[in-house]
Amino acid sequence: MKYEYKKEPELYTPIMMRIISKRDLTPDVRFFQTVPKEEFKHLDLDYKPGQFMMLSLYGSGEAPFSISSSPTRKGIFEFAIRKTGKITNKIFELKDGDQLGLRGPFGNGFPIEKMLGKDIVIVAGGLGAAPLRSLLLYILDNRELFGRLIYLYGAKNPQEMLYRPDFFEMLESDQLELHLTVDKGNEGFEDKIEEGMVTHLFKYVNDIDPKNTIACVCGPPVMYKFVVNEILKYNLEKHNILVNLERRMKCGTGKCGHCIIDYRYTCIDGPVFTYWDVIHMRELI
Amino acid sequence: MRVLKLSKKDEKKLYDVLNKFGEVWAPVPKGSRYVYDKIEKKEDLVSYNEFVRTILPIKKFLMPQDFNILNLSPSKFETPKVDIPTRVIVGVPPCEIHALNILDKFYTTDFVDNYYMERREKVIIIGKSSLPDEYLFSHKTNTSIVEEGYDLFFIDLGDYYLVWVGSEKGDDIVRLGSDIFSEDVPVDVAHDFVAYREKRRKAFTKHIDLEGVTDLMELMYDADFWDEFGEKCLSCGQCTMVCPTCTCFNVIDELELNKDEGHRRRYWDSCMFKDYSLVAGQHNFRESRAERLKLWYTHKLKAFIGHFGSPSCVGCGRCIITCPVEINVETVVEKLKG
Repeated sequence: MKYEYKKEPELYTPIMMRIISKRDLTPDVRFFQTVPKEEFKHLDLDYKPGQFMMLSLYGSGEAPFSISSSPTRKGIFEFAIRKTGKITNKIFELKDGDQLGLRGPFGNGFPIEKMLGKDIVIVAGGLGAAPLRSLLLYILDNRELFGRLIYLYGAKNPQEMLYRPDFFEMLESDQLELHLTVDKGNEGFEDKIEEGMVTHLFKYVNDIDPKNTIACVCGPPVMYKFVVNEILKYNLEKHNILVNLERRMKCGTGKCGHCIIDYRYTCIDGPVFTYWDVIHMRELI
Repeated sequence: MRVLKLSKKDEKKLYDVLNKFGEVWAPVPKGSRYVYDKIEKKEDLVSYNEFVRTILPIKKFLMPQDFNILNLSPSKFETPKVDIPTRVIVGVPPCEIHALNILDKFYTTDFVDNYYMERREKVIIIGKSSLPDEYLFSHKTNTSIVEEGYDLFFIDLGDYYLVWVGSEKGDDIVRLGSDIFSEDVPVDVAHDFVAYREKRRKAFTKHIDLEGVTDLMELMYDADFWDEFGEKCLSCGQCTMVCPTCTCFNVIDELELNKDEGHRRRYWDSCMFKDYSLVAGQHNFRESRAERLKLWYTHKLKAFIGHFGSPSCVGCGRCIITCPVEINVETVVEKLKG
């Protein structure tokens, strides 16, 4: 065997985490805060916004989830999880103090170095606000390292809007230009939430310097084409438009094959891709 | 590189030498085919003249079909301690050694897979050249001759074998077996060797021309023949199981009846299976069989080049023999070149 290699016995062995709190974000999305069971273990788990982790639940199995917390707030790992299948149904039965396994982080995450000093436009749709929260908090916690911060968020209705109280609070902030919309049913929130698709919020995005702006998009598959088309109107270069894709990984390490799209592994080459990376991919959506 | 000679009269002594390094495994007949099996007695170690294509390739030693990767309990997940025996695998053809080199690259790129490496370090490869049969087309995939990836490599030149030493382990073997491996390799051996090479080169009859298929995969992506193949495909996944470079796996947790402990199993999966690309919310990225076939051939003939510089088909011919409805590299390339 001619390859020199470092043994990584922990690669597939999750560490144990404890749930310290949870709350419902929407009728079927729950927010979990977890900490490692073992003290100081969080120091082994540094991560970047946009990365994901493999979550294990004893008796149910393992599935990938994007990290919703920011590495700037160390020690606590947060996930926004939608109840949608066998494993997530079981995760919803968990109580405070219950344990689950965690391994990772995996994936490339957002290219923070490339984003420093730039104006950032974030476009979130539905559950896309979960991974983008990591980036949003990261930028807010390092506000002086970035230029303008524009955040557009669209959901089906106000009840489906993740972190709604947090966003309402941020509407008052001068740290970012935040605009919220729902497909329909903004009654009672007219002063905070607009009605219409997320693309409709681009009317607030003005005076963009295309050479100095990076756009980050995450949402349901159907959203990408429409949002990217809007962004292209501002003459952003294709490699400065970042999309966060999701697939069902079984390993996180580029081996099991399940997350392959055309010739790229979502878990290694992604989940954050530039629009230029994926523009020719046929199986994107 | 060191090249030695092993006389055929000493061939029977080889087993005892190899057995000092570990279990001896070699192809043995099973029905009309062959399988790699453990050789318990030296009489059973047979060198076949014909090309030997085992049903499953040597990947089964490195990534078993189904094995336990974690011991589970409600409060702890632990990597199991397993004692993996050293196995000396005898009679591995060049195309399979190329496949092994591809697997080595694959499992050590980005992340090093510890389960693979544990097993890889316990495998000794004794390769052997033989004349091709009617299905082998490794001359068309540049995998008919090996330069690396084996510990020892045998070429049958009539009364004797030429033995190439490809690794330190291989060197240990020939040193321990110094009474049968001869350093006396006269220059005129080269004539026999060249004659053999030439004879072997001419013996290939399956000519599948892979040149340009990468671009054709791109251009023919929406061609009708994919749907025709999709109609025929049984989604049985045999092509992926027998392919020496297919690596996909699935992972599943299973509990014991008492529910206090369990195991996480890793087992071979196939991109031909319908639930392969299923994601949360029951969305399936590759609902149709045609889409799944395209994924496989895109990965083999195009995607792998982007990752590792060459396609991952080694021309072993297993898919040609195995697919019950004749969807294989040969018929796909035929359609691509239409």
